[in-house]
Amino acid sequence: MSGLTLFQKLWDAHVVHVEDDGTTLLYIDRHLVHEVTSPQAFEGLKLANRTPRRADAAVAVPDHNVPTTDRSQGITDPVSRLQVETLDANCAEYGITEFKMGDIRQGIVHVIGPEAGLTLPGMTVVCGDSHTSTHGAFGALAFGIGTSEVEHVLATQCLWQKPSKTMLVKVEGELGRGITAKDIALAIIGKIGTAGGTGYALEFGGSAIRALTMEGRMTLCNMAIEAGARAGMVATDATTIEYVKGRPYAPKGAAWEQAVAWWGTLHSDADAVFDRVVELDAATIEPQVTWGTSPEMVTTINGRVPNPADAPSDIKKQDWTRALEYMGLQGNTPIAEISVDKVFIGSCTNSRIEDIREAAIVAKGRKVASSVKLAMVVPGSGLVKQQAEAEGLDKIFIEAGFEWREPGCSMCLAMNADRLEPGERCASTSNRNFEGRQGQGGRTHLVSPAMAAAAACAGHFVDVRKL
Amino acid sequence: MNKFTVLNGLVVPLDRANVDTDAIIPKQFLKSIKRAGFGPNLFDEWRYLDHGEPGKPNQGRPLNPDFVLNQPRYQNASVLLARENFGCGSSREHAPWALEDYGFRAIIAPSFADIFYNNCFKNGILPIVLDAVVVDRLFKACETIEGYVLTVDLDKQTVTTPSGEAIRFEVDGGRKHRLLNGLDDIGLTLLQGDKINAYEARRRQEAPWLFGGPRQ
Ligand code: SF4
Repeated sequence: MSGLTLFQKLWDAHVVHVEDDGTTLLYIDRHLVHEVTSPQAFEGLKLANRTPRRADAAVAVPDHNVPTTDRSQGITDPVSRLQVETLDANCAEYGITEFKMGDIRQGIVHVIGPEAGLTLPGMTVVCGDSHTSTHGAFGALAFGIGTSEVEHVLATQCLWQKPSKTMLVKVEGELGRGITAKDIALAIIGKIGTAGGTGYALEFGGSAIRALTMEGRMTLCNMAIEAGARAGMVATDATTIEYVKGRPYAPKGAAWEQAVAWWGTLHSDADAVFDRVVELDAATIEPQVTWGTSPEMVTTINGRVPNPADAPSDIKKQDWTRALEYMGLQGNTPIAEISVDKVFIGSCTNSRIEDIREAAIVAKGRKVASSVKLAMVVPGSGLVKQQAEAEGLDKIFIEAGFEWREPGCSMCLAMNADRLEPGERCASTSNRNFEGRQGQGGRTHLVSPAMAAAAACAGHFVDVRKL
Repeated sequence: MNKFTVLNGLVVPLDRANVDTDAIIPKQFLKSIKRAGFGPNLFDEWRYLDHGEPGKPNQGRPLNPDFVLNQPRYQNASVLLARENFGCGSSREHAPWALEDYGFRAIIAPSFADIFYNNCFKNGILPIVLDAVVVDRLFKACETIEGYVLTVDLDKQTVTTPSGEAIRFEVDGGRKHRLLNGLDDIGLTLLQGDKINAYEARRRQEAPWLFGGPRQ
């Protein structure tokens, strides 16, 4: 018999009950909650006279609606404010821990979980948010759920699931200088497409992945959903355990020893069989820039916007034409000739301390180009912000002409005041370049933090390796 | 949840691949703490020529005449015909809420994004996967024939065309059962309470650090 994949090990450890047709009641260890997808779930619970089964397994944080500018006056938008107040009230009522807006630990839900040690190897982690795949970086089974399922987890601590197919994405070799986990993620999506991972749980493996830091692994797993996979994961190893050790909610003492003994088994066995294997050569990955309205519409900094006439099918041709029209681009334009109006460094993909450091290295001693209307850096959490400030990174950005903001989702999805105006073009470190994602009519190009900082200073996309 | 048995529905073709949840219901409407009332803002950015906001009345807003949902022949459609990877993007259940509130009960596409597909079943909408070639044929038919109606029979797992051709589709048995009967998932799960208790008791021994949770 062949060995087990990491996915199978995680799955097996959480099975509560299996129906005849294989539908499984899966136990959920950690439930992360935010203000946007939870109000209707709490309301449903109340209407049915139910209460959370395990308030201790849930942690909440407001992130999507919070302002990234001065917060001393609270949230001015009444609709956003009501949503955050509703979260506060629900958490207070049910005894759920919440990192509130004034708390230094507040930040983007997928940043604060790992940071606080709330996300641990071997866990099942869910959140009413598709980028929950981020937490798979720890060797956890983590996936996004809808609001009905948020309610279901609150009430039962379980979810009905069918096992996914498994895909191994193997990246071997050494990354070139200036190439980051973001570039790997975009290169993978460019290769398998935004639906390539649909129905699969992805496991990222290979020497290039082993060499990534935890933050890089989080960036990579974060984007698994952009490849269509609900879950992305990386095996637990010494890097993982080192990262988790000493975090506020990580186990201590005897429990730590017990945990580490189990965590050491959280990898696919050498003879495990995957339903699909995709291989990439790390050495060939170049800085990636998206040109269209789907993350799979991606090329390298030295590439060109494709010509719809060259599309492989009629449907693709139609897609590309529509995307170029929306993006205000002509086929065959060199990527390096595309100028930007705004720059956004932030989001659950790229707002951790290493991301901020990478951007700061580029910004140091440079100035934001005069043609760029706004370049902003939004740390992923209050603690990331504090750390960056302790390292003096805020000063580097401010001196270069970037705005240094309070933590939250911000212009990743523009639910607060941070957004693109129609027609504005943005170099963004976020994860989605869908139409209207960063503001109606806004045009998003996804890049790594260093590439975003470089675009801010040059006024157009530029190869960060050549700076 | 509404039951789904047999639907005789007018079909509207939405000829785009990778329609994401933000296109289905733009993010500004996610600020609502309610579950209902998203229908008028379904596909807001494609449907209207101005910018929609929660709380802003939709009556009298300038409609985009080119958008398929605004064409008179497709009014009161309840079957949405779509292209591959429909519903990709965020996990927001506001997307099926908006589709359901508008009046859609079935969506036919060659493929769906996983989370969206799952969310549909929780809200009385049946997502149907058909072969891309078949979907293409349905697109041509409903664009050519005005008043094109399909009959969706969940129990028999068939989509029947006006000419009487019955196309079979697959659906997971458990989901089918719950949708046919309009059953509440949570109620069903709570019937497994003993097993959940047993699992928790075992896990507390094996992995005690997973319990007790965050302390303020
Ligand atoms: S940063 Fe963006 S992608 Fe991440 S949780 Fe917030 S809105 Fe979603």
